[in-house]
Amino acid sequence: MDSGRSNRDVGRVKLPTAIKILIAGGFGAGKTTMVGSVSETRPLRTEETLTDRGVGVDDLAGVEAKKTTTVAMDFGRISIGDAHVLYLFGTPGQERFWFVWDELALGAMGAVVIADTRRLADCFPSVDYFERRGTPFVVAVNCFEGATRFDLDEIRMALDLSPDIPVVLCDARQKESSKKVLVTLVEHAMETRASTPAQAPATR
Amino acid sequence: MTSLSDDPADEQWLDDQAGRIVRPYVMTRGRTQPSGGKIDLITLVVTMKSVTSAEPGLGPEHHTIVKLCERPLSVAEIAAHLDLPAGTVRVLLGDLVDRGFVAIQEPAREMDVLDLETYKAVLNGLRTL
Ligand SMILES: Nc1nc2c(ncn2[C@@H]2O[C@H](COP(=O)(O)OP(=O)(O)O)[C@@H](O)[C@H]2O)c(=O)[nH]1
Ligand SMILES: [Mg+2]
Repeated sequence: MDSGRSNRDVGRVKLPTAIKILIAGGFGAGKTTMVGSVSETRPLRTEETLTDRGVGVDDLAGVEAKKTTTVAMDFGRISIGDAHVLYLFGTPGQERFWFVWDELALGAMGAVVIADTRRLADCFPSVDYFERRGTPFVVAVNCFEGATRFDLDEIRMALDLSPDIPVVLCDARQKESSKKVLVTLVEHAMETRASTPAQAPATR
Repeated sequence: MTSLSDDPADEQWLDDQAGRIVRPYVMTRGRTQPSGGKIDLITLVVTMKSVTSAEPGLGPEHHTIVKLCERPLSVAEIAAHLDLPAGTVRVLLGDLVDRGFVAIQEPAREMDVLDLETYKAVLNGLRTL
């Protein structure tokens, strides 16, 4: 029997195209807030589990090494007409969660890295990760009250960003502001994609 | 052993990061991966035919998924609605796909599969939110 995993089998219904965007950043940077302010429902929560695959452990160590790591992610949905549905995933920025990142980043349209100017270094791992992986990303500087105000060039320098990476100010609590961040990201992702050699026609 | 209590909260075992370990493994009979490989969190699931309670080998969670997905939902949304880890939902979905109760649509695995029209549609959609 056919596994039903191909689009052809879904012939009965026209399913939308699902797209994901990652919202990354350090703890308390405003990831969940941004997901919530711009999504059509309050943030939902899902949990990924990694069972240690016991790579290179001997029999004795094997028992102990079979630990379970979990990470909870907040996510939200934005339906765009009948044809597209956008999912925003708030992903914790610590390196120990990279097992989820690899999966989430696969096929993602892009990522927003939220920078909290009170703890700017917290977003370094996210920036490193997306740079290395080649995922299009923008940096959204979340403006908390009482935080020292930096100008965007200072932040760009501190993060050692290449000049083509957009850096924008935001207030993650405001829908309009979060929307603007996403628009900036999708525009940037579209440009990145259009200028990537791999996108050139195969007839080249 | 295949059914959950009415209140799953009193059956959950928590590890130090609040990840449930015991119940999901019972439900999936120890399997951690569906037969056909990893299903993405944004894979969309839609019901193809309804399921009767007599269907052998399917638990209440399977039935809930079949009901939920009358309207297409992502794996992440199903997991959130069922309050189960995504990995468990993947295994349950594997069972349902094998039996033809649901069909799934995998997303593009790399972004260069998305065409420019998709970007434009998303942009327009976001601007008019
Ligand atoms: N002043 C201010 N507070 C914010 C902003 N964004 C988030 N917060 C608050 O910061 C706290 C942490 O935000 P949260 O979204 O939970 O952070 P997360 O850990 O990245 O998901 C919450 O109490 C938010 O209300 C912002 O733009 N300005
Ligand atoms: Mg959060």
